[in-house]
Amino acid sequence: MDNPEQLIRKGVHHTALKEGAVKGFLGGLTWGVVLVALLIFGKICWDGVPTLLKPEAPFVDIGFLTKETETLHVFDDSAGTRHSMPASEYHAWVDKNGSAAVFNEQTYAYSGGGIAGPIIGTALLTLLSIVIALFFGVAAAIYLSEYAKQGRFINLVRLAILNLAGVPSIVFGLFGFAVFVLAAPVFTGDPADRTLLAIPLGFTYLSFQGWNSSLIAGSATLACMILPVIITASEESLRAVPQGFREASLALGATRWHTIRKCVLPFALPGILTSSVLSLARAAGETAPIMFTAAVAAKELPWANPWVMLQNQVQALPYHIYTLAARIPTSEYTQRAQYGSVFVFLMMIFIFSALSMFLRQRVRSKLKW
Amino acid sequence: MVNGSSTTVTPAIAIDTLRFNYGAKQVLHDISLDIAPREITAFIGPSGCGKSTLLRCFNRINDRIPGAKVTGGAIRIGGIDIARPDLDLQVLRRRVGMVFQKWNPFPKSIYNNIAYGLRIHGEKNRKLVDERVEYCLRRVALWDDVKDRLHSSAFGLSGGQQQRLCIARTIATKPDIILMDEPCSALDPLSTLKVEELLLELKKEYTIVIVTHNLAQASRCSDKTAFFYLGKLIEYDATQKMFSNPSVRQTEEYVSGAFG
Repeated sequence: MDNPEQLIRKGVHHTALKEGAVKGFLGGLTWGVVLVALLIFGKICWDGVPTLLKPEAPFVDIGFLTKETETLHVFDDSAGTRHSMPASEYHAWVDKNGSAAVFNEQTYAYSGGGIAGPIIGTALLTLLSIVIALFFGVAAAIYLSEYAKQGRFINLVRLAILNLAGVPSIVFGLFGFAVFVLAAPVFTGDPADRTLLAIPLGFTYLSFQGWNSSLIAGSATLACMILPVIITASEESLRAVPQGFREASLALGATRWHTIRKCVLPFALPGILTSSVLSLARAAGETAPIMFTAAVAAKELPWANPWVMLQNQVQALPYHIYTLAARIPTSEYTQRAQYGSVFVFLMMIFIFSALSMFLRQRVRSKLKW
Repeated sequence: MVNGSSTTVTPAIAIDTLRFNYGAKQVLHDISLDIAPREITAFIGPSGCGKSTLLRCFNRINDRIPGAKVTGGAIRIGGIDIARPDLDLQVLRRRVGMVFQKWNPFPKSIYNNIAYGLRIHGEKNRKLVDERVEYCLRRVALWDDVKDRLHSSAFGLSGGQQQRLCIARTIATKPDIILMDEPCSALDPLSTLKVEELLLELKKEYTIVIVTHNLAQASRCSDKTAFFYLGKLIEYDATQKMFSNPSVRQTEEYVSGAFG
């Protein structure tokens, strides 16, 4: 080799400096984002953990999870001690000590008691919406991947479904309000004045007057929102089942439906369920779709029988958090409810996501061909 | 084209000037041949010559491929034109079984793989199903290997065993004809040998049509051989004659390894 000294660098190394600058810049941005995320989670956990967890057994504040939401009353008694208690305890206290013993009273709406109502409401909304979405979604996916004649039109339909997944949730909220709350058909003997169309059936009317703001309207709206994801994921799971299974089954003389039922769907189901758990987390977390269609700030437990429940409004965690954050003034007395709710909510979503990841891992290792 | 079936027996499958298209592309050109019952007929030819397509016409499994259709001629199985609109496709496929190139047992237990076909056709009697499963597994010489693990996954078997399981699955529905689409192309020589032995055993009861790339396999186990090239049937005759003294020059070149 001529001039091996060329290999040795002389003076300032500009290339290395540039490399270092780029690396530092990109790294800085990344860690900046991570830091912000950590700060948010840290703040929520820091303020939320004391509400939910306790140092002594059973370590979880069960009351917060199982009691109804109440108004928080804060006052001084005649001895000057400051009390803060939910409405029910407050009334008992007043009954015992007389209202004259209450000084400097302040009330904070929704800040006392627990969040059983929102938790139950969210669970109902989510479960019902996933049932509706799975029914329609899997049916559509089966049709699209197994029956429909593949071609330009079906690809267009697929594209439309995919785009639907990107529509902002508030749009689904308005759609749900216009369709399910105001226009969906019901059977009633006495159609409302605002009905769009009432078809007499002799013994009753089929009236297009909507389901009002109710559990069923909210669930249907949420179902519409997660439907595109469910359809797409289900179709992918169906396609992942090898063609060989279908051909083998058909070649044995099975009908198409039998083949799908016995040789395709069972092997696609784990994938479908895994992705629907993720949708579950999304449905549980959205506020906008249920704002006009189902959610209400305060509602007493219990909510009567299932049929009546379907037609009634419910509380929901995300909406409850919105109410706590936007509708009431923040003070040291409201923090418990605010951060506690957010923390519980975050844990719920975390559990759903972890469950989904765990399921996917298991399914992948179990189903191999 | 030489039609080598000089027998007077009714053919199991009679193909009459069959034309077949994938969309606008014609892949089979006026194929006529008769397949004799209880014999092994081998289809040979280079890749893309249409032999698998023809095989897949016999149980109309090509129906699922968009754009694939018969554009002329007819296939008669037992004298019945299988393109008839009133044909019971499920019964046709039960009577004309198929074994695929890549073994494809269902991800179910060994037992359920075989019972699947029986259940499709409405067999509910446990005892009959048990018997049939045992019979089929014995038939493919798999029983002794798997009798202790009938209810474990079929995926635990070796490739050759899985392919024999697929053959067992096919004979479970009591077909008359078994179509085999390169059943040994992915198997090692020893497993191939076992499948070939099985074929010779099975031909006593079933009409077998086998598509193969393995010329030695065709010469070892088939009674008749049909040579296809570019969608045309070039020559069809007794296997011995095809490999020792073919009438067409192309056949001779192919079987001697000059192309393909």
